[in-house]
Amino acid sequence: MTDRFNLYRYASPATFYPLAGRMIPYFAALSVLFGLAGLYLGMLVAPTDFQQGEGYRIIFIHVPASWMSMFIYLVMAFWAAIGLAFNTRLSGMMTQALAPTGALMAFLSLWTGALWGKPMWGAWWVWDARLTSELILLFLYIGFMALTAAIDDPKRADKAGGLLLLVGVVNVPIIYFSVKWWNTLHQGSSVNLTKSSMAQTMLWGMLLMALCFWMYAIAVALLRARTIMLERERHTDWVKAELAGVER
Amino acid sequence: MIYWNSFADFLAMGGYGFYVWGSFGVTVLIMALEPITAARTQKLTIARLKRQLRAENRNTAE
Amino acid sequence: MLKIVTAVIGRDLKLAMRRQADIVSALFFFIIVVSLFPLGVGPEPDLLRKLAPGVLWVAALLATMLSLPRLFADDHRDGTLEQLALAPHPLGLVVTGKVIAHWLVSGLPLALIAPVLGIQFDLSADALLVLTGAILLGTPALSGIGAIGAALTLGLRGGGVLLSLLVLPLYIPVLIFGAGAVDATVTGLGGEGHLSLLAALTFASLGFAPWASAAALKIALE
Repeated sequence: MTDRFNLYRYASPATFYPLAGRMIPYFAALSVLFGLAGLYLGMLVAPTDFQQGEGYRIIFIHVPASWMSMFIYLVMAFWAAIGLAFNTRLSGMMTQALAPTGALMAFLSLWTGALWGKPMWGAWWVWDARLTSELILLFLYIGFMALTAAIDDPKRADKAGGLLLLVGVVNVPIIYFSVKWWNTLHQGSSVNLTKSSMAQTMLWGMLLMALCFWMYAIAVALLRARTIMLERERHTDWVKAELAGVER
Repeated sequence: MIYWNSFADFLAMGGYGFYVWGSFGVTVLIMALEPITAARTQKLTIARLKRQLRAENRNTAE
Repeated sequence: MLKIVTAVIGRDLKLAMRRQADIVSALFFFIIVVSLFPLGVGPEPDLLRKLAPGVLWVAALLATMLSLPRLFADDHRDGTLEQLALAPHPLGLVVTGKVIAHWLVSGLPLALIAPVLGIQFDLSADALLVLTGAILLGTPALSGIGAIGAALTLGLRGGGVLLSLLVLPLYIPVLIFGAGAVDATVTGLGGEGHLSLLAALTFASLGFAPWASAAALKIALE
C-alpha cells in the first residue's frame, strides 16, 4: 500500500494548515452559489404558503440554522471523542474553531424562530420542548467556550471541553425528536426522506440554503482553525517558516 | 417564473416584511461579521507571533 | 465495591460534620431566597401558589450550586484527591460515594425544609407532598450532574460562576419535570408522569455522572 494518499498525514497541523488554506476559497464559493440558488428559489420563485402567508419564508433561514446548530455540535462531539480517545492535537483545534459558528447558528435559530412565531402564533417565545432544548444547546455552546477560555493549558482545555461536549450531546436527539414525543407548539417535522408535505420549490429552496449554511460553516471553521493552529504551534519550525514566508 | 408582481410587494412580504427582513437582515449581518472577525483575528495573531519571534531572535542573538 | 462507596460516604460525612456551618448556611440561603419571592411579587395567594413550584425548585438548584465546589476542592487543596485518584480502586466509585454524601448534606435537608416553606405559598397538602417527593427524587440528580461540573472546573479561576454556567443548562430537565410534577398535581392531571421521568433522570445521572466526573478529575489532575 503506497502512502501517496494517506489521510493520516493531515492529522498533523503542519500538513493540514496549507490544505485548509487551499480549501477555504472553494467552500466559500460553494456557499455563495448554493445561497444564491436557494434564495432565488425560496424568495423569488416559491409561492406563498396557504396557511401562513409570506411569513413562512423565514423557513429558509430558520431550518438551515437549526440543522447546522445541531450538526455542528455533533461534529464537535465527534472530534472531542477522537481527541479523548487518541490524544490528537488537531481534533481539539477543530472543536474550538467550530464552537462560535455553532453558537451563532443556535442563536440564529432562536432569533428567526421568535420572528416567525410572533406573527404566526402571537408569541415571541414559548417554553415548548423544542425551543427549550435549542436554548439549552445555545447554553451548552457558551458553556463550552467559557470553560475552554478559562483553562490556560490547551491540552487540559481540549479534554475538559471535549468531556463537556460529550455529556451534553444527549441534548441533540432530544431537540430532534422532541416534536415527535411531545405534541406542543412547534410544528412537526415536514421533511423526511420519502415524502414531504411542502411544495417542491419550497423544499428545494430550503435544502439549497441548508447546503449554503453548511459550506459557510466549514469555510469559517477552517479559517478559525488556521489561526488556532498558528497560535498553538507557534514554537514549531513549520509555523516559524510560515510566519517568515508571510513577510513577503 | 418569479412569483412577485412588483418590488414593493417583494419588500412588503404580504405584511410580514418586518419579520422576514428582520430574520434575513440579522443572518446577513452575522454571516458578514463572523468571517471578517475571524480574518481579523488571524491577521492580528500573525502580527503578534511575528513580533514575538523577532523579540526572541534578538534575545538569542545577543 | 459497596465497601468503597460506604467508606467514602462515611469519610465525607464526618468531614462535613466538622464544617456544619457550610451545610447550615446553604440551607439558610435556600430559606432566604424562597422568602424573598413573596416580598418581591406581592402576597396575593393565587399568584404565589402558581409560582411556588418554580420558585422552590430554582432556589433548590441555586442552593445546590453553592455547595458544589466543596465537593472536590477541599480534597484537592490538601492533596487527598490526588491520592484517591492514584489509589487502586475505581475513581468512579469514590465519586459515587462523594455524590451520595453531598446529597445527604445538601439535597436531603432541602427536601425536608421545602414543605415548611411551601406553606408560605399557600400550597395544598397534596401539592406539598408531591413537592417534597419531587425534590427528594430530583436532588440526587443535581448532586450527580453537579459533580461533573465541579470536576471540570477544579482549580480554575472564576470557578463558581463558571460552574453555574456549565451545570445550570444540564439542570434544566430536572427543573422542568420537578416543578411540572407539582403543577400537574395542582391542576389535577396527576404528577406521576413527571415523577417517573424525574426518577429516570436521577437513576441515569447517578449511573453515568460519577464516571464522567472521574474522567474530568483525571483531566484536571494531570
